[in-house]
Amino acid sequence: MKPRFSFGMIAILLAGFAFLYVPIGLLILYSFNASRLVTVWGGFSTRWYVELFSNAQLLTSTLTSLEIAFVSASLSVLLGTCAAYALARSGAFAGRTAFFALIYAPLVMPEVITGLALLLFFVAIGIERGFWTVVLAHSTVGMCFATVVIHARLAEFDMTLEEAAMDLGARPIEAFWLVTLPICAPAMVAAFLLAFTLSLDDFVLASFTSGPGSTTLPMRIYSQVRLGVSPQINAISTLMIATVAILLLVARLLTGARAGK
Amino acid sequence: MPIPLIQLAGVSKQYGDVRAVDDVTLELEPGEFFALLGPSGCGKTSLMRLVAGFETPDAGRVLIDGRDMQGVPPYRRPVNMMFQSYALFPHMSVERNIAFGLVQQGMAKGYIATRVAEMLRLVKLEGYGARRPEQLSGGQKQRVALARALAPRPKLLLLDEPLAALDRKLREETQFELMQVQRDLGIAFMLVTHDQDEAMAMAQRIALMRSGRIEQIGDARAIYERPASLFAAEFVGEINLFEGEVVQSGEGKFAIVQGGGRIALADDTPLPGPVRIAVRPERMVMSHLRAGSYAEFAGVIADMVWLGDLTVWRVRLSDGRLIRISRSNADAANAAFSRGDQVFVGFEAQSARMLLS
Repeated sequence: MKPRFSFGMIAILLAGFAFLYVPIGLLILYSFNASRLVTVWGGFSTRWYVELFSNAQLLTSTLTSLEIAFVSASLSVLLGTCAAYALARSGAFAGRTAFFALIYAPLVMPEVITGLALLLFFVAIGIERGFWTVVLAHSTVGMCFATVVIHARLAEFDMTLEEAAMDLGARPIEAFWLVTLPICAPAMVAAFLLAFTLSLDDFVLASFTSGPGSTTLPMRIYSQVRLGVSPQINAISTLMIATVAILLLVARLLTGARAGK
Repeated sequence: MPIPLIQLAGVSKQYGDVRAVDDVTLELEPGEFFALLGPSGCGKTSLMRLVAGFETPDAGRVLIDGRDMQGVPPYRRPVNMMFQSYALFPHMSVERNIAFGLVQQGMAKGYIATRVAEMLRLVKLEGYGARRPEQLSGGQKQRVALARALAPRPKLLLLDEPLAALDRKLREETQFELMQVQRDLGIAFMLVTHDQDEAMAMAQRIALMRSGRIEQIGDARAIYERPASLFAAEFVGEINLFEGEVVQSGEGKFAIVQGGGRIALADDTPLPGPVRIAVRPERMVMSHLRAGSYAEFAGVIADMVWLGDLTVWRVRLSDGRLIRISRSNADAANAAFSRGDQVFVGFEAQSARMLLS
């Protein structure tokens, strides 16, 4: 049966979407505003995008953010794959439930607490805060997401495929490379993109764990907004939204493509 | 004398408290079509996995071509397996699936291409090489799985319930195809199935398994006509069972059939004592009149089923037991028997099989 929508239902739906997306829409709209005043429309222009690319501070922070996101996402997928493999393949090992809970906990842990804990930890062991401490902080959360995504794929992976490969002459490591990995690759790419996105837009963890010279883009935006909102911020925010949206869409397609069939 | 292709000597495998395979000894000849038959959980799959190398025996030895397979992993054994789920690699085309084993063997590219084409022809899938497994029907997947397993020229092909996922019509067709392929290639096949018809139709020899042990080995006819145990008699085909006792008298050996008189037995019938007497439905005799020359019981036809080629009656005896009788419909006398008739059913001595357990 085809669901039918009444006028009232559509109105509620639109109101819901408006609540979610009108502020973001306004932000994007005003990034193309010719006027310097953020709240007054002065015609269409891309001048803030042009100015943005001559703002060295913002560009440096963007680069830092991308680097951190790339390294921490890579680390997340590596660790997440190992954890997911242990969860999916090692049977009911002692402490499996606890392991699972410990993997899930950081996903629901308030970021402030994770951030504070990491800060205290880094101070206690005397690590100087900077690029790598932010990478580690983002990896702790990122690897949990990666584990969940990759585990879902591995759990439904048909073990007889690996056996079939071995039966046909592949060593266990070859069977893993030739069969298991290619089949799980979409999940791993999706996990990477998720972790990348999380890192890119994290503010809380980064502000606790970053040091001089490793200011991430969200931190830079926040500090600039405190001094007054420049339309440049709208422009960089729009670019971030676009990046994140595209990455999430790709991740969704990669995880959903096979499952949907 | 040529060495057997497969030798299992006292092989056992235990999972926790369960003896999945219990002291199994058997041999397979090269080129033989062999079936492991048994109910689920009888250990047939475990036994097959022991041969493939996915499990290692707790005791006993597995020899392939006279070579002890102790410590030889699956990827170094000259046997291939066709999985029940087919286990086709979803990210590879049909061609690459079939070529997988050959690539692993390090064959030359030209040889692989020729061999893959040959295999596609064998399973009648020419033109399907570029497809993905998900684009194939169940029957086509089954044939790709067969081609993939046969491509590296194994000495033995293991087939794990190869027809289970197919619908009935396709199943019969595939049975004939598998037999044809087996005859043409001369490769030994070891079929694992819970379906007695499948085993009887295809295999030259059948090993009937029960709780990890081999109950009986023989060709289909031997197992059907001369079951070695009550289990064998009941698992393969339909059977009527009667209580009785074997006695020795001056005139020879007899079986006293409880409530049904006595029948003379051949002298080589085993020891005197209580027995179960097993008789196949098509070996039963049914008549409206008492014949008196064989074990006989009075009863009433409770129901009948006309199956086209034969008719099956169920006759309720005075003690309430149902006896099954079947006859070919080529026999015009069948029309005379209908529901509610008072009849006499029985069997002659040569139709009966004395079972101890």
